Amino acid sequence: MGLLSDPVRRRALARLVLRLNAPLCVLSYVAGIAWFLALAFPPLTQRTYMSENAMGSTMVEEQFVGGDRARSFARDFAAYRRKSGALPVAWLERTMRSVGLEVYTQSFSRKLPFPDETHERYMVSGTNVYGILRAPRAASTESLVFTVPCGSDSTNSQAVGLLLALAAHFRGQIYWAKDIIFLVTEHDLLGTEAWLEAYHDVNVTGMQSSPLQGWAGAIQAAVALELSSDVVTSLDVAVEGLNGQLPNLDLLNLFQTFCQKGGLLCTLQGKLQPQDWTSLDGPLQGLQTLLLMVLQQASGRPHGPHGLFLRYRVEALTLRGINSFRQYKYDLVAVGKALEGMFRKLNHLLERLHQSFFLYLLPALSRFVSIGLYMPAAGFLLLVLGLKALELWMQLHEAGVGLEAGGGPGPSAPLPPAQGVGLASLVAPLLVSQAMGLALYILPVLGQHVATQHFPVGEAEAVVLTLLAIYVAGLALPHNTHRVVSTQAPDRGWMALKLVALIYLALQLGCIALTNFSLGFLLAATMVPAAALTEPHGPRPLYAALLVLTGPAATLLGSLFLWRELQEAPLSIAEGWQLFLAALAQGVLEHYTYGALLFPLLALGLYPCWLLFWNVLFWK
Amino acid sequence: NLLAYSFVLSPFSEQFFRSGHTNNWAVLVCTSRFWFNYRHVANTLSVYRSVKRLGIPDSHIVLMLADDMACNPRNPKPATVFSHKNMELNVYGDDVEVDYRSYEVTVENFLRVLTGRIPPSTPRSKRLLSDDRSNILIYMTGHGGNGFLKFQDSEEITNIELADAFEQMWQKRRYNELLFIIDTCQGASMYERFYSPNIMALASSQVGEDSLSHQPDPAIGVHLMDRYTFYVLEFLEEINPASQTNMNDLFQVCPKSLCVSTPGHRTDLFQRDPKNVLITDFFGSVRKVEITTETISLQQYSEMESSYKEDQMDEELMEPLKYAEQLPVAQIIHQKPKLKDWHPPGGFILGLWALIIMVFFKTYGIKHMKFIF
Repeated sequence: MGLLSDPVRRRALARLVLRLNAPLCVLSYVAGIAWFLALAFPPLTQRTYMSENAMGSTMVEEQFVGGDRARSFARDFAAYRRKSGALPVAWLERTMRSVGLEVYTQSFSRKLPFPDETHERYMVSGTNVYGILRAPRAASTESLVFTVPCGSDSTNSQAVGLLLALAAHFRGQIYWAKDIIFLVTEHDLLGTEAWLEAYHDVNVTGMQSSPLQGWAGAIQAAVALELSSDVVTSLDVAVEGLNGQLPNLDLLNLFQTFCQKGGLLCTLQGKLQPQDWTSLDGPLQGLQTLLLMVLQQASGRPHGPHGLFLRYRVEALTLRGINSFRQYKYDLVAVGKALEGMFRKLNHLLERLHQSFFLYLLPALSRFVSIGLYMPAAGFLLLVLGLKALELWMQLHEAGVGLEAGGGPGPSAPLPPAQGVGLASLVAPLLVSQAMGLALYILPVLGQHVATQHFPVGEAEAVVLTLLAIYVAGLALPHNTHRVVSTQAPDRGWMALKLVALIYLALQLGCIALTNFSLGFLLAATMVPAAALTEPHGPRPLYAALLVLTGPAATLLGSLFLWRELQEAPLSIAEGWQLFLAALAQGVLEHYTYGALLFPLLALGLYPCWLLFWNVLFWK
Repeated sequence: NLLAYSFVLSPFSEQFFRSGHTNNWAVLVCTSRFWFNYRHVANTLSVYRSVKRLGIPDSHIVLMLADDMACNPRNPKPATVFSHKNMELNVYGDDVEVDYRSYEVTVENFLRVLTGRIPPSTPRSKRLLSDDRSNILIYMTGHGGNGFLKFQDSEEITNIELADAFEQMWQKRRYNELLFIIDTCQGASMYERFYSPNIMALASSQVGEDSLSHQPDPAIGVHLMDRYTFYVLEFLEEINPASQTNMNDLFQVCPKSLCVSTPGHRTDLFQRDPKNVLITDFFGSVRKVEITTETISLQQYSEMESSYKEDQMDEELMEPLKYAEQLPVAQIIHQKPKLKDWHPPGGFILGLWALIIMVFFKTYGIKHMKFIF
């Protein structure tokens, strides 16, 4: 008979697997972490290269000289904005029309689920202004977007000035084959989301906006610009978008080639490019940049207007001008020339950007790691879960086979525990933990008004505190569920529950890792050891501490500290806690305003799973 | 039978009839589309310009351009195609006559042009009406590889197809001599398979080498020419209809130092020595006119007048012409319809199912049979 059907051989195989399992798990976990850390080192990173043939080299002649014009536009914009307090729509319309664009406006409004304390807004209403430069000799079938987000805290007036000056310059050229849309949005990302939804005629986030009156064709690419002053020392590029989506790598390559051509200093995640990759310093710096990118991608926030464009499969980047204490500064003409070159090259495109990678990690601006090389790290981590599940399955069947062989020959032989555990005793913990997850998802926002009536807190604080309260209340569960479940559950019941929990966790993390590798890897790296080690026997306080420290909330807290540490602006404990609370509020808010998925994933998916392990730990 | 004159060859006539051709044709093909292949259109138009300047009229040129660069919305100088940077030379001009444009440039159309198998509705400007005294210049450019040339990003022509097309041309007596020039990557592979006589071939690079582009122009944003054709154009700009430059000079154009790739040529199928072949034999349409003051005496045939009368009588008695039956339509119409009835499954399917059932019963034991039957 076969290997698996012969009971003797199967028992031998099971014993072998059980004996080797622990070392294999440890090895696999270490291999996963080591592979991830090795991603910044040369054999696994490759130099970036331009894959799109139509964009070719940087062979364009930039002729933009409108630096003074840009500065005067910026001064006017800032003055009108200070006077009116909101976006000066009439002035923008007038100026865009005088430059030669077709101007349209769009008004939008949104009532946020609870007041946003970081941006100090609750009922948001604003107007977007956009001008379309029609291609002189082509049908308006495709378009490019140049957007400048204007919020109340960052007026971004220099960028608006540059936008208008570039529009004037572009209007005088006849080689445009695609329309160019110059978009100025109010309330930064909210305005961008309203415009995008109206442009693509969808309603994903409940924004109320007036319909658009002018369209320009399918958007091929978009560039967003944020400038804080009229001289910059470096340009920082942001690539991570909503839910961890990334633009096509060719757009980043395009930006990087123009940085090199213009001699501009370009940074990624605020870090300079390491110069030598042969010694250890370069890859270590690359590792820092890589970790920053992983943390930012895992958070799933749109780090700029480009993040919202990615949902509609429009490749987009956000460029931020940074004015630091360096001596060598670039003025608006240099930035304008880089943008002009980028748009001229994007003009040459015949199809959407599709030749280069969509899923990658960036240790540096000119180096990348492709998905084929970084996915094994997540695979190794998830293998641990699989091995543990296999071990539990074998243990359950061993016990079952042992009992069957040794049990009495009576007609009413007891069922093997694997079947005798019964689905009834598994369903109860599952349902209860899912219910807790559902409560975590719904109650904070739903019950904020009730909370503000009874407690002296603002709505945002009420939401965050309710979140934490429900999270901690879940920890009290195991002491209660045993009263619900029948006392007939035998000792091996926890094994079945842990098996189900392991498979559930592996499924979730696997699915997450496929779409957002950073989030999947981060969660796996923290939750897998705790999940694998948890069992009712053994040092319970130690395991409890481990489980709490690797739960979703603690992972969020830890990654916030790590993020600021990598950015060389470390936090004290109090600051960290404040930031943590703010991050929780922002996470919930972004789920409602942009459709970010981190909050529902953690609340409805990972928290119930984690509660199952907590249940296993406190099994009596 | 019409011209039955015989004449005495004077010694001057030897020189007069040195080459065997009486008319010149040119087939110029650009096979790539898209804006970043601007240089291929510029290549073809440069050769067109030279060929026209040296005397071949538009009626004898078949120009095939796969895309329109002059009117592309991305062209900052509309209605021009430049071959030198800084816009020195506009090869588009205002009297360019494109015969096959845009999507009409396909492998099928190209082969039909060469072999003459063209539907009767094709206009005259799209036909290669050469005869056995025509010298034909065929120039092709685009993206190529080892043994093939890519047409329009969707199909290819192989060197074997091309060689067979030339053989068809030879057998149909459609050329006297043929000069084939190709400017693509690995172009030499395209002339490896020729086997018809009187063909001379030039290529811009050997197998395994890439042909490089030249003249990057930042104002227009693309490369304007390929190196090989750029230097050929410079060479041809110095030729005039009376030049005595021969083919050996053309073989020296663009050495490796200028071209980076190694141009190649093939002359083993050609019957004359290349140093006796003038450039204008292929690139120009030189009509030899010699004014002579001597009289050349021609003897008359005595049967000439009687044969003339016989022809006239034959015309009245000729039967109406009839075309041969190419397609036996009668047989096709009376074909019996096929019976579409059910056939039992073939042997393969039966065998597959037998195998599956055998494996099933082997694994689970024969005792399960009773649950089925």
